[in-house]
Amino acid sequence: MSSPTDFTLAGARDALRAKEVSAVELTEAFIGAVEAARPLNAFVTETPDRARAMAKESDARIAKGEARPLEGLPLAIKDLFCTKGVRTTAGSNILSNFVPPYESTVSQNLWDAGAVMLGKTNMDEFAMGSSNETSAFGPVFNPWRSRTSNAKLVPGGSSGGSAAAVAAQACLAATGTDTGGSIRQPAAVAGIVGLKPTYGRCSRYGIVAFASSLDQAGPMTRNVRDAALLLRAMASVDPKDSTSVDVPVPDYEADLERGVKGLRIGIPKEYRIDGAPPEIDALWAEGVAWMKAQGAEIIDVSLPHTKYALPTYYIVAPAEASSNLARYDGVRFGHRAKGAHDIADLYEKSRAEGFGREVQRRILIGTYVLSSGYYDAYYIRAQKLRSLIADDFTQAYKKCDVLLTPATPGPAFAVGAKTADPVSMYLNDVFTVTVNLAGLPAISVPAGATADGLPLGLQVIGKAFDEATVLRAARAIEVAANFTARPQPWWRAA
Amino acid sequence: MSAGAPKLLKGDTGEWEIVIGMEVHAQVLSNAKLFSGASTAFGAEPNSQVSFVDAAMPGMLPVINRKCVEQAVRTGLGLKAKINLTSIFDRKNYFYPDLPAGYQISQYKNPIVGEGEVTIDLADGESVRVGIERLHLEQDAGKSLHDQHPDHSYVDLNRAGVALMEIVTKPHMRSSEEAAAFLKKLRAIVRYLGTCDGNMDEGSMRADVNVSVCRPGGYQRFRESGDFKHLGTRCEIKNVNSVRFIAQAVEYEARRQIEIVEAGGTIRQETRLFDARAGETRSMRSKEEAHDYRYFPDPDLLPLVLERAWVDEIAATLPELPDEKKARFMALGLSAYDAAVLVAERETADYFEEMLKDGAEAKAAANWLNNEYFGRLNKAGLSLAEGPISPKANSAIVQMIAADVISGKIAKDLCDIVWNEGGDPRAIVESRGLKQVTDTSAIEKAVDAVIAAHPEKVEEVKAKPKLAGWFVGQVMKQTGGKANPQAVNAILKTRLGLPDEG
Amino acid sequence: MSVDKDTVRRIARLARIALDEARVEPMAAELSGIMGWVEQLNEVDVTNVAPMTSVVAQSLKMRDDVVSEGGNAEALMANAPEGEDRFFVVPKVVE
Repeated sequence: MSSPTDFTLAGARDALRAKEVSAVELTEAFIGAVEAARPLNAFVTETPDRARAMAKESDARIAKGEARPLEGLPLAIKDLFCTKGVRTTAGSNILSNFVPPYESTVSQNLWDAGAVMLGKTNMDEFAMGSSNETSAFGPVFNPWRSRTSNAKLVPGGSSGGSAAAVAAQACLAATGTDTGGSIRQPAAVAGIVGLKPTYGRCSRYGIVAFASSLDQAGPMTRNVRDAALLLRAMASVDPKDSTSVDVPVPDYEADLERGVKGLRIGIPKEYRIDGAPPEIDALWAEGVAWMKAQGAEIIDVSLPHTKYALPTYYIVAPAEASSNLARYDGVRFGHRAKGAHDIADLYEKSRAEGFGREVQRRILIGTYVLSSGYYDAYYIRAQKLRSLIADDFTQAYKKCDVLLTPATPGPAFAVGAKTADPVSMYLNDVFTVTVNLAGLPAISVPAGATADGLPLGLQVIGKAFDEATVLRAARAIEVAANFTARPQPWWRAA
Repeated sequence: MSAGAPKLLKGDTGEWEIVIGMEVHAQVLSNAKLFSGASTAFGAEPNSQVSFVDAAMPGMLPVINRKCVEQAVRTGLGLKAKINLTSIFDRKNYFYPDLPAGYQISQYKNPIVGEGEVTIDLADGESVRVGIERLHLEQDAGKSLHDQHPDHSYVDLNRAGVALMEIVTKPHMRSSEEAAAFLKKLRAIVRYLGTCDGNMDEGSMRADVNVSVCRPGGYQRFRESGDFKHLGTRCEIKNVNSVRFIAQAVEYEARRQIEIVEAGGTIRQETRLFDARAGETRSMRSKEEAHDYRYFPDPDLLPLVLERAWVDEIAATLPELPDEKKARFMALGLSAYDAAVLVAERETADYFEEMLKDGAEAKAAANWLNNEYFGRLNKAGLSLAEGPISPKANSAIVQMIAADVISGKIAKDLCDIVWNEGGDPRAIVESRGLKQVTDTSAIEKAVDAVIAAHPEKVEEVKAKPKLAGWFVGQVMKQTGGKANPQAVNAILKTRLGLPDEG
Repeated sequence: MSVDKDTVRRIARLARIALDEARVEPMAAELSGIMGWVEQLNEVDVTNVAPMTSVVAQSLKMRDDVVSEGGNAEALMANAPEGEDRFFVVPKVVE
C-alpha cells in the first residue's frame, strides 16, 4: 500500500487491528490529505486537533484490546449533522456561527464506535441543491474531470463535500443525508458508493432538518463493504426521534458475498427517459446483463406514477422546509440583521440576509403551496400522489426483490451549467426521488464511465428495511463492473 | 333541564340576545412538557426549564409525553365526550418571538377528543347543557415581557412546550352568568379529574370568549338550523383569566356591540383584549394582520393511535364527577342548591363525605356546613383546608344537635370554642356542662319564675301573643341557653293560655 | 398556475423574507415556472386515494412523564445574538 489514505474503511479497520498501522499514523495521513484537498472546497470546517485526540485514544484502546467497530477510522461528517462544540452551518450564512451544544445521534453513534472526526463537509445550503453550488461557503469541485477538458465539474449535491472528500481520498468514508437523492446522486457522479437507508433506519435527531418526512442519513464510501460497515454503526433505534423505527440493525457485512443467484431483479420501464444520454441506457442494460449472468432472475415491472415523483417532491419538500426553516429568525441562534426597527423587520431582514437564493425560493414555494386556498390543490394532492407512488413499489415487490435502475440522468456537469433554470437542476434527481417519497432504501454504486471517463452509477432499490439485500445486489454489480479508475489528483498541483 | 332562557338586554331600538362560546386553554397536569423532558413547574428562573427541543434548536425533534395524552383522554371522558382513537398533530405556522419553532404543534382537523357536554347549574336552580365541540392537545408558547425596557421585549421560554388542552364549546351560553357558571363547572371537572390544577392566577386556565348579539329568536333559529347566519358577528375576547372577569367582559362586549349595531354600524370580526383595570375590551393591534396559519400534519410525528383497551383502562379509574356526586347527595335528601354548593370543589365534597362517614346525617351536615361553617371560613378568609375544625369535629357537633344533646344556639358557642381552642366537641360539652336541659320540671320551674317576676308582661302577652318570644328569651337566659326551645315554647303556651297556632 | 407579483409579495411577507422590489418580478417568473411544471399532477385521478400521513408503519412512540432536560440556560443562550439576564432580547413587540 503506497499511502494509508489508499485504505478502504474495512481495509483500514483490519490493518489497525493487525497493528500494521496506528490510528495516529492513519489520522495524520488523512489530515494531510484534507489540507491537500482544500482546492476542492470539500470541507467547511477542519478539526485536526480533535482528530488527533480521538486517534490517540483509539490507539490506547487498540493497545488494550478494546477496539470498537470503527476504532481509529477517520471520517468526514456532512455539515448538516450537529456536532457538539464544533460549528455546524448546514451550508448557510444563517448558521455560519452556530455551535451546537448537542451531538446528533448518528454522529454520536460513530464516536461511540471509535471513529475519528476529520471535519465537517461542505454541502448545498440546507441540503437544497443537486450540485453543491448553493452553499454559502462556495461550490465544491468534483475530483473527476473529463479527459477532454479541464473545466471544473460539480460533485453533485447536496452531499457534494462528502462525495468529493471520499473520491479524493481525503477521508476513509463520510456521512451524507438524502432527501431527494442527496447521497446517491453525488455518489454516482463522484464514482463512489452512496446508500440511502429506509426512512426511520437512522435517527434524524440532531440533523438540521430540510424535509422531515424525506430526510435520511446514510454512508458515502469507497465500496459496498464499507457502506455496510458504516451503515451498521450509523443506524439505531432512537427514543429521541419519533420516526426512527424499532427494527434490529443486522450485520450487513455478513451476507455481502452471497451473490444474486435466484434473486428476482425488477426493471421498471418508466426509468427509461427521453433525452437521457445513450450511455445511461447502455450502462443500465449492462447492469441487467451482469445480474443475469450471475444467476439473478430479471423481471420487467412497472412503476406507473414515476413521472409524477419529481413534481410531487417539489411540493412536499418545500412545504415541510418552509415550516422547518421558520426557526431561523435571528432570536435564539443564527444570523441576526443589524438595525431592525421592529420585530417583523428583524425577521424579514435576518432571513433575507441569512438564506441564499435557492433556499428562499423553496421557502416561498412551500409557503405558497400550504397557504389558504392552495393547500388542497397542491399539498393534499401531492400527498395522494405520494400514496400512489408508494403503492407502485408495493405492487412491484410482489414480483421482485430489488429494483435496478440508473442512478442519475447523466454524469457530472460543469459548474454553472444548470444554475439559471431551477427545473433543469431539479431533474438531476429524477431517478432518486421516488425512493424518498416511498421511504425505501436504495444504493448508488459505481458501474462504469462515460466516453470522457466520468463515472456513472447504477441504483439498486430495496424493500423497506431490507438494506442487506440492497447491499448484496450492489456488491454483485461492484464485482462485475470492476470500476477501479481513480480521479487524477489535479487539486494537489493547484 | 332547559336550553337556557335568554337574558335579554335592552337597547335603544329593542331587545337583544347574547350568544357566547368559549375556548378554554387548560394546562395539563404533568411533570414534563408535551414533547420534551423539561419541567412544567411554575415560577422558575427565566429559561431554566427549557430543553433544546423547546427552544427549537436545529435538528431537535418532538417525542410525545404519554401522561399528557392520558390526561387529555381522561378529560375527554370527564366531559362525556367521544375519544378519537386516531388523532393527528398539525403545525400551525406563524412568527412570534415566544414561538421558537415558528409553528405551534396543535391538532387542527383531527383532535383527540370530539363532541361532549357540560351541565351547568344556575343560581335559580336551573340546569343548562353546554355542548363541547372538541378538545385537542397543543403546545403553550413562551412568555414575552414587554414592559421591562423602552425598546426591547424579553423572551422567557419556560412555558414554551407545556401541554395545553384547548376545550372548545359550542355557542350555547346565553348570559354572562352562564359563561361564568360554565367556566366554574369546567374548572371543577378538571380538578376532580386531576388533569389541570385550574389555577387561573398562574395561567393554568385561560379562556377566550366569543361574544355576539342577535335579535330575540335568532339563537333559537340557529339551534334549529345549525346555520350561523342567524347569529351576529362574533368578537373573540382573549385571555380572560378569572370567572369574575368573564362576566364583566361579556357584559361590556355585548353592550359595545349593541351600541355599534344600533348606531347603524357593523361588527368587525376581530380579536379583542379584556382590560381588567378599565373593565373594557379593546382591539388587539398585533392580531390585526390577516393570518394564514398554513396548517399541515407535523412530519416529525406520526398519527396518534390509541388502543381501545387503554382508553377503557383510563375510564375505569375516573373518579366520581360533580354531576354524579350531586345526584347522589340529592338522593340523600339534600336540596339541589346545597348539593351543588358541596360538589363545586372536590375538597368540599370530600369534607362533607368525611362528616357522613363519621355518622352525621346528610341534610343536617349540609345545613351546618352551608349555613354555619363555610360562613365562618369566609369571614376569616380561610380555605377549607386551612380551617381549624376537622370533619370529625363538625360531624360530632351536627350529631349532638340531632340527638338534642345541645341546642342550635349552644352549637354555635361550641363551634366558637372548638375553632379557637380545638379539642373534642363531645368532651367539651361534657366538661363545660353545655348539655341541653330537656327535663320538663326544671323548665317549668324557670317559666314559673319568669311569670312571677313579670306580671305586667303576662297581661301584655295575652293581648299580643307575638310577645311570647320575650318570655322565651328570659327563660333561655335563666337556663344559660341550655333549655330545649321546643319544650320552653310548649310550657309557656300552657301557662300563659295562648292559642295553639304559634 | 402563474404566480403574480402580489402573490409573491404576500407569501414573502408570510414567510418573513424581505424581498427587494427588484426581485419580485423575477421571483414571480421563477415560481410560475416551477408551479407550471408541477401542474402535471392534475393529470392524475386521485379520487378515493388517501393522502400519505407517514411512510413509517408504526405507532407513535411516547415518552415517560419524567423531567430529564432543562436547567441549562447558559448552553441554551450561548448562540443567542442578543441576551440579557437569561432572557432572549428582541425589538419591542406591541400587542
